[in-house]
Formats: sequence, C-alpha cells, structure tokens
Amino acid sequence: MSQNGTAVSLQGVTKTYGSGSSRVQALRGVDLDVRLGELLMLVGPSGCGKTTLISVAAAILDHDDGEIVVFDRDLKSMSQAEKTRFRGANIGFVFQAYNLIPTLTVAENTAIPLLILGKRRADALARAGEVLEAVGLEDKLGSFPAALSGGQQQRVAIARAIVNNPRLIVCDEPTSALDADTGRLVMDVLRRNALSADRALIIVTHDNRIFSFADRIARMDDGRVILIEPQVATS
Amino acid sequence: MYRIALKMLMGDRGKYLGLIMGLTFAALLITQQSSIFTGLMTRTYSFINDLSQPDVWVMDPKVQFIDDVKPLQDTELIRVRGITGVEWAVPLYKGLLKARLEDGNFQIVNVLGLDDATLIGGPPTMIEGSLSDLRKQDAIIVNDVGASTRLAKKPKEPGAKAIPLQVGEVLEINDKRAVVVGICRVSRTFQSQPVIYTTYSRATTFAPKERKLLSFVLVKASDGVDPKGLADRIRQGTGLAAYTAKEFKDLSFNYYMKSTGIPINFGIAVMLGFLIGTAIAGQTFYNFTLENLRYFGTLKAMGTTNAVLLRMIVLQALVVGALGYGLGVGGAALFGYLMRGTELAFRLVPEILILAGGAIAVIVTLSALLSILKVMKLEPAIVFKM
Repeated sequence: MSQNGTAVSLQGVTKTYGSGSSRVQALRGVDLDVRLGELLMLVGPSGCGKTTLISVAAAILDHDDGEIVVFDRDLKSMSQAEKTRFRGANIGFVFQAYNLIPTLTVAENTAIPLLILGKRRADALARAGEVLEAVGLEDKLGSFPAALSGGQQQRVAIARAIVNNPRLIVCDEPTSALDADTGRLVMDVLRRNALSADRALIIVTHDNRIFSFADRIARMDDGRVILIEPQVATS
Repeated sequence: MYRIALKMLMGDRGKYLGLIMGLTFAALLITQQSSIFTGLMTRTYSFINDLSQPDVWVMDPKVQFIDDVKPLQDTELIRVRGITGVEWAVPLYKGLLKARLEDGNFQIVNVLGLDDATLIGGPPTMIEGSLSDLRKQDAIIVNDVGASTRLAKKPKEPGAKAIPLQVGEVLEINDKRAVVVGICRVSRTFQSQPVIYTTYSRATTFAPKERKLLSFVLVKASDGVDPKGLADRIRQGTGLAAYTAKEFKDLSFNYYMKSTGIPINFGIAVMLGFLIGTAIAGQTFYNFTLENLRYFGTLKAMGTTNAVLLRMIVLQALVVGALGYGLGVGGAALFGYLMRGTELAFRLVPEILILAGGAIAVIVTLSALLSILKVMKLEPAIVFKM
C-alpha cells in the first residue's frame, strides 16, 4: 500500500503523438493525485486527453515528460517487462467494448488475469466463480459472451478486472454502450465490488448519468486537468 | 494461457478449418505430386533393379538410358568375356516388337531375350509356370499386367471384363508363333507396354532381320573383383560403354531429369502447392491474428508478456501446421493406396514426408512470423481505442 494514501500521482505529465505537422500534444503537463479508496472520474470533451491519461497512468503507454508514481513505483524507471509484470499484479481494466474473448466461457474470461499470474487453472476458475457470484452472474459461468446482454458482459469485465485483487482499476467508458438503468446497475456493481480502502478506481466517462457514483470528478480540457470537483457519492 | 490460445484458434471454426484446409491442400499437393514424380523416375530404372545378378552392363557408348537400345554385334560378347575379372558374360536382347492378338489387333510389346543356356536376366517373380519353361518350343513368358490388360482377349459379351491371356495360348510376334508358358510379375517400367520374356536366340528370330541384334552384355565380376574397376577395364579393352548397375541407373535417371519436361512439370505442381498453401494459410492466419488483435492487446494490457504471446501464436501455428500436414500426407497416402495396381506411378518415400514437412514448416513459420511481428509491435494502449 502507498505510504501517503495516494495510489497514483502525476506531476507535469506530457504526451505527444506523431511529429512535424501531424504532431498532437495530448497531455500538456497534467498534475493529478488519485487517492486510495476513491472513485475518480475523468470527464471532458472528446480529444481532451482522458484516454491518454489513463493509458499512461495504467502503464500501457509511455509518457514523454513529468513523473508518474503508482503505488510508490516511478513508471519512468521501469523497463517494459517490469511494467508488464506490474500491470498484471496491480492494475485491472474495464473497457467500453468489454473485450471479452468470444471463444472462452464467462468463467474462463474472468480467470485470465489469474492465469497470466501463473495460477493453476482449477484455482483460477474457482476464484472466478466466487467473483462472478459477487457480481450476480453465478448462473452464467459456462456461457459464452455472445449469449449475454451488454450489461451482463460488462459485469463479467468488472469481475475480470477485480479477480486478482489489483490495487488500481481503470475503466474506459464502462457505461456508454448501456441504457440508463443497466448503466446504473453496472456502476453499482463496480462501486460495491471494486472499491475498497486499499484500492483506487479511475473511470473515464462522458456519461453524466453516472457522475453521482464518483468521489471526485476531474475535468479535462485540451490536455490539462482544469478542475477537480469533490462529489458526495450517492451509491 | 496455452489453452486460451487453442480456444481462440479453434473457437472460430470457419477460420480454423480454412487454415487447416489450406495447409492440408498444400501438404497433399506437395506429397502427391512428389510421390508421382518419384514413382515415375523410379520406373526409369526399374528394369535394371529387376535384374539383380549382373554387376556390370555393357552397351554401345551412345546409349543414354535403359530404353535407348543401340544394338551391338554378337562378337562383342566374346570380347567382353575375354576381359580379366569377368566371371561370366551373357547376351540380352531388348526391343519393341509387334504382337498380333487373337482378334487381329496389334500391340507393341517389350521383348526381352535371355541367354539360352543360363536364362540370366529372367523376371524376378514367376506367378505361373517356371523360367525353365522358356526352353520349350516357341515359348514366351508374359507379365501379369500385360496379360490382363493390353494382351487380354475381348470379352464375349459387351460390358464384361476382358479375359486375361493365359498359359497355353498363342500369340504372333512379327508373324512368328509364340506360346505362353508362364506368367510373371515385373516392376513397372517407364514404358507401359506388356513385357515378354523369351530366349535370346528366339528373340532374334522375332526381331526384324538386322546385322546387329545384341542389346546389352550382362557381366558378373569374379570373386574379389571390384565391379567399378571391371567396368573401367571393359571400357578400355572393348571401346564399349560399361556401367555398374548403380551407374546405369543414374545414367537413365539423369537422362529423364535433363532431357524431358518431367521434372519441370512436377516441380511447377509442387511449387504451386507450396505457394497456394502459403497464400491461403498465411492470409488466413494473418487475418485471424488481425481479428484477434483486440484480444491480444487486452491480454497484453492485463500483463501478458510478449514472450507468452509469442509462444501462444507459435502453438497456434504448430497445431494447424501439424493437423494440415497430417491430413495432407494422410490424404496423399490414401490416394496412393487407392491407386495401387493401376498404371499410376506413385512412390511415397520418407524423404517426401520430410520435404512436405519442411514445406509446411516454412509456410506456418512465414504465416506466424507476420502475426508475431504484428502482436509484438502492438501497443497495449490500443485496447482503449478499439
């Protein structure tokens, strides 16, 4: 656990794509702290740098300048192999399009992070079953993703993101493909199962229907965090 | 993770079967065409194989292959017998002659005239009768395939099977009476005419009158004499060509390789199988990887190392490669089995299995390499954009 209660700390982080006339500066010196035990939402217009920010914070994209410290580890000082291992042990992902492998069952999809960490298949599937029960999908273990609704698939993705108890979970537009009720249900599941005192959640979203689930909302524009608003989470 | 790789591969049935079909087709075509080529080329010297007794074959220096007969004078036999190290030397007549069948039709037959005294050079297997029956009046021995096909009698009723030529029946070879005294089995040769054995002296009566009728002199080296050295001495002593059996087989084989379109024709078919297999399998495998790129990216984001992803793709390639190879080679073997006993030359030797295996290995390696490069370069951050 982080010694000062901060899960992720970004100081003066910049990121530029391309070069010459096609150069785009996605992050222009971002300063942001994400605390343990909080659900932080990143909001802002399209192209403002939200996805780039969670990508660099989750160590799946290299930043150019500035400092990113995740659970007291400076990402700049880590090799790609170290970052890969770090992600596997510490970071869970929830994607807009779920990204469940269609040829694997719900239980197998959920167990993937444990298999990546080298757990035995039987143990991984047993743990996946427990987590799927927690998200209300205990009767879908043997189903394939195509047989599930969008909301159910996103709950499987949440189960997959938390199955190995990562300390940081990043979510990209987890409700944008869902209707309002299903979106609220998914956020409820996410907040109830994923959030804990030793874990932080960062959610990128456009969906103002779910803002009430946030502890804080960071507004971004043109590659910068322009405002951080505290919220009183209602769920 | 390897089970996940296999499930990703096999879960998409269409692509999985497409991949296997492409590789199966390549393995089948490469194996089948190479086997037919090998079978054909083996036939170029199968007659030499059937005659196991002589160590050295003596012939006109202009002879290029076994069926390229350029007759010698009978006196050459005496000269060869005079060379030191010759245990024995016997004449052999080999020629294409016209046989008249019972229904009045003519059929070209391959007549072999064996030394009257020893009958050396006879067929490797007798099915009916014995080789010594050739000493009977007007006797000939016919090979089983010839007897049951080209020399067979027409059926009495339309649509019925032809009636094989049998022992005791009579043919006319160049208007001379020939009585079948035996049926033999010989290896199929490059020429598909019926094979007829008789004595040397009778063969020369069947043959059109010419000054030279001796096709080959078959020589046995004395005990302890090196056949190659003996062949050299015969060449120097007589001015004729003399080859060991191995050298004569190579001469015949090389003639067909260099002077006919057979290698290029089969080479093109084999290359076509390789290219089509590469194109189908390579494209399908690459498409499979592209369609799964989002999932490879997801796995990468979740902490799967490049080494594990590489091994997953290699495993997928190995599985489709092994299945495609097995099915293709199995199909080719089945084809050969079903075609046994027909005119088709088919010889599946271990070297062809290795060749086909190597070709499939190259195809799957190339296919996998494209996919591996794509996945290795994949930025895990791309998963947020898919």
